[in-house]
Amino acid sequence: MSGAHLELAGVGKNFRGLRAVHDVSFAVPAGAIHALIGPNGAGKTTIFNMIAGVYRPDAGQVNLDGKKISGLRPDLVCDAGVGRTFQIVKPFKGLSVLENVTVGALHRRPNLTDARAAAADILQGLGLHDRRNQAAESLTLPDRKRLEVARALATEPKLLLLDEVMAGLRPTEVDVMVAFLRDLNARTGLTVLLIEHVMRAVMALAAEVVVVSYGEKIAQGTPAEIARHQAVLDVYLGEEEA
Amino acid sequence: MNLLRRLTDGVPSRALWCLGLLLVGLLVAPAVLGKYGLSVLILILYFAYVGQAWNIMMGFAGQLSLGHALYAGLGGYIAAGLFFHYGIGPWAGLFVAVAAASAAGAVVGYLGFRFSLAGVYFALLTIAFSEFTRIAFDHWGWVGGSGGLFLKVDATVNLLNLRGGPILFYYVILALAVGAFILCRLLLESRLGRYWLAIREDAEAAQAVGVPVLRCKMIAVVISAAMTALAGVWNAFYYNNLFPETAFAMGRSIEFTLAPIIGGLGTLFGPIVGAVVLTGLGEIFTDLSEVFHISGIKQIFYGLALLIIVMYRPAGVWPWLADRFGFGEKRR
Repeated sequence: MSGAHLELAGVGKNFRGLRAVHDVSFAVPAGAIHALIGPNGAGKTTIFNMIAGVYRPDAGQVNLDGKKISGLRPDLVCDAGVGRTFQIVKPFKGLSVLENVTVGALHRRPNLTDARAAAADILQGLGLHDRRNQAAESLTLPDRKRLEVARALATEPKLLLLDEVMAGLRPTEVDVMVAFLRDLNARTGLTVLLIEHVMRAVMALAAEVVVVSYGEKIAQGTPAEIARHQAVLDVYLGEEEA
Repeated sequence: MNLLRRLTDGVPSRALWCLGLLLVGLLVAPAVLGKYGLSVLILILYFAYVGQAWNIMMGFAGQLSLGHALYAGLGGYIAAGLFFHYGIGPWAGLFVAVAAASAAGAVVGYLGFRFSLAGVYFALLTIAFSEFTRIAFDHWGWVGGSGGLFLKVDATVNLLNLRGGPILFYYVILALAVGAFILCRLLLESRLGRYWLAIREDAEAAQAVGVPVLRCKMIAVVISAAMTALAGVWNAFYYNNLFPETAFAMGRSIEFTLAPIIGGLGTLFGPIVGAVVLTGLGEIFTDLSEVFHISGIKQIFYGLALLIIVMYRPAGVWPWLADRFGFGEKRR
């Protein structure tokens, strides 16, 4: 498993005339961790959905390792090597925790026994192994977030899209998740793009931060640069200080 | 051997013994049971078999079909029609029957799934197709229109043409029921089976982890339709008559859904347990209504009994039984 290079070139999306995303371009080099931040409604999840194949961009295109993936169906985007989590978690509620992750693992391992073993390994890494036989619907929210990550990782992606997986976690739990992702990235070179409101996680993980507001990219840089960037302070961080 | 291991993997040995005993019991049943008992057992196996077929769509893949009479009716009519007009035996005819029903399933499925009709809207589509077909068959001379299609009753056993008495039909439906059970077990313990469960639980999340949702749903509807068509062929040669009014009736489609719902959706034993409960209750209430000479009492009590079961055991009778007696088939 190694990382893939993600590139968005002039991507745009309208919903019935409402401009959700306009002319957004950025790249995440192979093996890097970048963050995508912005106020609520800025279009972050829409950008994710265009990468993951849920929406077809109205303009521009998304490339993974130089190959166009925008416009493909979500399962084919997964084939191409993109794993994603959902902001509003979507566990397979009636299935056990292990079976949830097994479904993901079946993607690259058609044999059920192999897939189960791979799933168990991933659960171990995320600290969910003790709960593997519980029904997914019985998990607490932080555990459901972890389950989202586990299921996405089970598909053995080259790019992992994390949509607010830290939200609702306690600071110590955030640190555990940050350590896990950092270790994963160091070990496998997996490329990661995360949408995150928890700045503690963004600052600790991301080499670069892309800021969007009202559907447009307004800044990109290291966390330190972004923290000083005037436009960002105005639309985003500034609001919190006011 | 490999297949046997796959079938029995992870099943408690106590459950295997019970299953073995049950199978032996069913194999010798015709020698023990009278004519009436055998006819009841035939009915149970028939509903267990079609229930198993319907359960693949609803219980596994989560797609509600209320038009399965379409596939049974098509299967029955085609096999019976080929036999009636051209003397083509049902063993050959069933291939045509299964092909036609699978094609019908594929059309209904594609229209529904491609255009993302979900839940009750998909169910309405299945009803509509069943009803169209009923009306078409009402006016189609080749199948006798609304007057019906009749096969000559012939009790001399002729395996080649599936002619014979109840014992022959008993063993055929037993083989179908056992085959369906084994097939469903294998499917459920495969990648496809897990993909179905994932689609049932959340299609969007399933697609995000690489599940080709449309293809998996299509496979479910085609397998389910093909299996149901076989039940239709069996049914046509067992009863020797077919009317569009009953073969494609809404009521028949509903009947197919009852055993898995009562027994436990998405479980392997649900359709079987449900068929026992339903047929048993039906017979008891029929007897009662005859004893008390009140017509219609059967339907009232039957309906009440179903209501009570669904109210108190919404997950079905089997999961509850399995819990109590430690057979532990989870609803996956």
